[in-house]
Amino acid sequence: MSDPAVTPSVAPPAGEAPTFASRAWSLAGHALPWAIAIVYYFVAGYSLSIGTQIMIWILFALSLDLVLGYAGIVTLGHAAFFGVGAYAAGLFSIYFSPDPILGHLFAIVVAGLLGLISGALILHTTGVTFLMLTLATVSIIFEFGNQARWLTGGDDGLQGMQVGPIFGTFEFNIFGQTAYIYTLVVLFIWFLISWRLVKSPFGRSLDGIRQNPRRMRAIGTPVWWRLLAVYTISAAMAGSAGALLAHSTRFVGLSSLSLLTSGIVTVMLILGGTRRLYGAFIGAAIYYFVQDSTAKISPYFWEFIVGGMLIATVLFLEGGLMDLGRVGQRLMARIGSRKGAP
Amino acid sequence: MSEASAPALSVRGLNKSFGALIVAQDINVELAPGARVGLIGPNGAGKTTFVNLLTGFLRPDSGTILLEGTPIQDMKPEARVSRGLARTHQINTLLREDSARDNVAIAVAEREKYAWRMMRYTPQWRRCTAEADALLREMGIADVGDRQVRELPYGQQRLLEIAIALALKPRVLLLDEPAAGVPSTEAHRIHDVLGRLPADIAVLIIEHDMEVIFRFAKEIVVLLQGRVLTRGAPARIAEDPEVRAVYLGRTVV
Repeated sequence: MSDPAVTPSVAPPAGEAPTFASRAWSLAGHALPWAIAIVYYFVAGYSLSIGTQIMIWILFALSLDLVLGYAGIVTLGHAAFFGVGAYAAGLFSIYFSPDPILGHLFAIVVAGLLGLISGALILHTTGVTFLMLTLATVSIIFEFGNQARWLTGGDDGLQGMQVGPIFGTFEFNIFGQTAYIYTLVVLFIWFLISWRLVKSPFGRSLDGIRQNPRRMRAIGTPVWWRLLAVYTISAAMAGSAGALLAHSTRFVGLSSLSLLTSGIVTVMLILGGTRRLYGAFIGAAIYYFVQDSTAKISPYFWEFIVGGMLIATVLFLEGGLMDLGRVGQRLMARIGSRKGAP
Repeated sequence: MSEASAPALSVRGLNKSFGALIVAQDINVELAPGARVGLIGPNGAGKTTFVNLLTGFLRPDSGTILLEGTPIQDMKPEARVSRGLARTHQINTLLREDSARDNVAIAVAEREKYAWRMMRYTPQWRRCTAEADALLREMGIADVGDRQVRELPYGQQRLLEIAIALALKPRVLLLDEPAAGVPSTEAHRIHDVLGRLPADIAVLIIEHDMEVIFRFAKEIVVLLQGRVLTRGAPARIAEDPEVRAVYLGRTVV
C-alpha cells in the first residue's frame, strides 16, 4: 500500500449531508420533550411534584441507559447508587450544610466513588456472574442502611433533613416550583453530558464493547478501564437523581436502596427503549402515567398493565416505545405498497 | 543488536500445554521487517493457538516473544496492539451494527489515543473517518462505507477485517486464514489486497488454501502437533516428502 493512501489529503464527506427538512424535524424532535416539560410547569398546578418525580426517574433511567444500553453492562444494582446519593444528600443537609447545591455535589461524588470502587471489584466478570455481584452489592448496601439506624433511621427513613434555598435565594416552596425547575435544569445538564458522551469516540468504543468485546481487544481497547469509566459516570448520575429525590421530598426512604427500585428503573428503560437517551424520558413518563391512571381502578391493576406493556415491548418493539414511530412508518409503507401493487 | 536491525518479531522456545495436551512445544520463529511467512499445518496442529499466544489471549508456559526487541509475552493483548502487533480473525470479528467505515474509524481512534475523548464533534473523529475511507478505498470496498457490516457479503467482511488491522499501523500483522470461506469468484480480491500490503510490515499468514500460501509467502513454517516440523522456501516445502506425507498429500485435491 502506498503511503499517500493511508494519509489522505482530502476528507470525503461521511455519508449524505442532512437536508434542511430532516434537520428541522430532528431539531423539533429534540425540542419536544423539553417543551412539554416547560408547558407542564404552567398547567400542572398542584400536581407539579409528579412532574418532578418523573424527571428524577428519567435521570435515573438515563444513567442506566449509559451502562445497560450503550456499554451493554447488565446490572440490577443501580439502586445502590441512587439510594446512596439520596442518603448522602440527606445526611449532608443534616450534619454539614443545608445548601442543596453543595449537598448535591457531595452526593454525586459519593455515588461516583461507590461506582468506582464496586466497579473495580466486579467489572472483570461478565454476564450472569456480574449480574449476581450487582445484586450482592445492592443487597449489602440495603442491609447496611437497614441496620445502621443511628445513621439512616433504618426502615423509618431519614428524618430531619434541612433544605436551604438554592443559591441562597430560591426556597423549596410548598407547591414545588423551585424543585421542579431545579430538577429540570439538572436533568438538562446531565442529558447534554450524556448526549455528547455517547456520540464521542469514547461512546463509540463503549458501543463497540457492547457489540463485540473481542473485536475491541483486538484493536487495543482497554476494555476494563472503559467500562469502569462509564460505570463511575453512570453511578454519579444515579446519585444525582437520588439527591434530587432527597431534596425535593426532604425525606429518604429505605426503598430507594431496594432491589425493587433497580427493577423499576430497568422496566422504565426497556419500555422506553435503550440506547436512545429519550427512551428514558418516554419510559419513565409512561410508567408514571399508567401507575397513576389505573391505580384508581385497583391498587394492583397498574402492575398488570405495566407487565403486559413490558412483554409486548420486548416481543414486538426491539427498541422500546421509541420504535413505535418507525414501526408505524413501516406499516404505512407496506399498506401503501400493497395498494399500489397490481 | 541495534533497534533498526532487530527482527520485527522473534519467538524463542515457546511452550504451552493444557494439562497433558501439548499445544506448543519449543516453537522458534523469526520475522524480519517486511517478511512474508506462511504458517501451515493440518487441523489441530496448533496454528490458531500460536496466534493466540502471540496476541496475548493465551499465556505461554515458557519462552519469550520479542516485538522489535521488546519482550511482550507478559503484556496484555491491548498493550501488544499499541506496540504494533495486529491480527485478523479466522471467524469475522466485527461490529455488526456499525458501518464499515466506523469499524475502521474506531480502530484508528484507538491507535491515535482519541478513544478516551468524551466530547462529541471532535475534529479528530473526522480525521479517523477520513483515514477509514482511504483504507476502504485501498481494499476496494469504499462504496460500502455507509453500509452496516451485517449487510455486507462475506468476502467484503473479510476485507474489512484486514482494513481494521491495517488501521492500527502495525509492525507485525498476523493474518488468520484471510481467505477462509470466501467464494472462489471473490478470492482474487483478497489475493490482490494481500499482494499490496505495505512492504515494511512483517506478515505471518495462516492459510489452508495452498494457492494463497505459495503465491504470497517467501518462507513457510510447517507446524505439526505443536512443534515446528520443518521450514524453508515454498519450493522446498512443496518438495519435502515428510510435509507431503503429513499434510499436503491429504488435503490438497
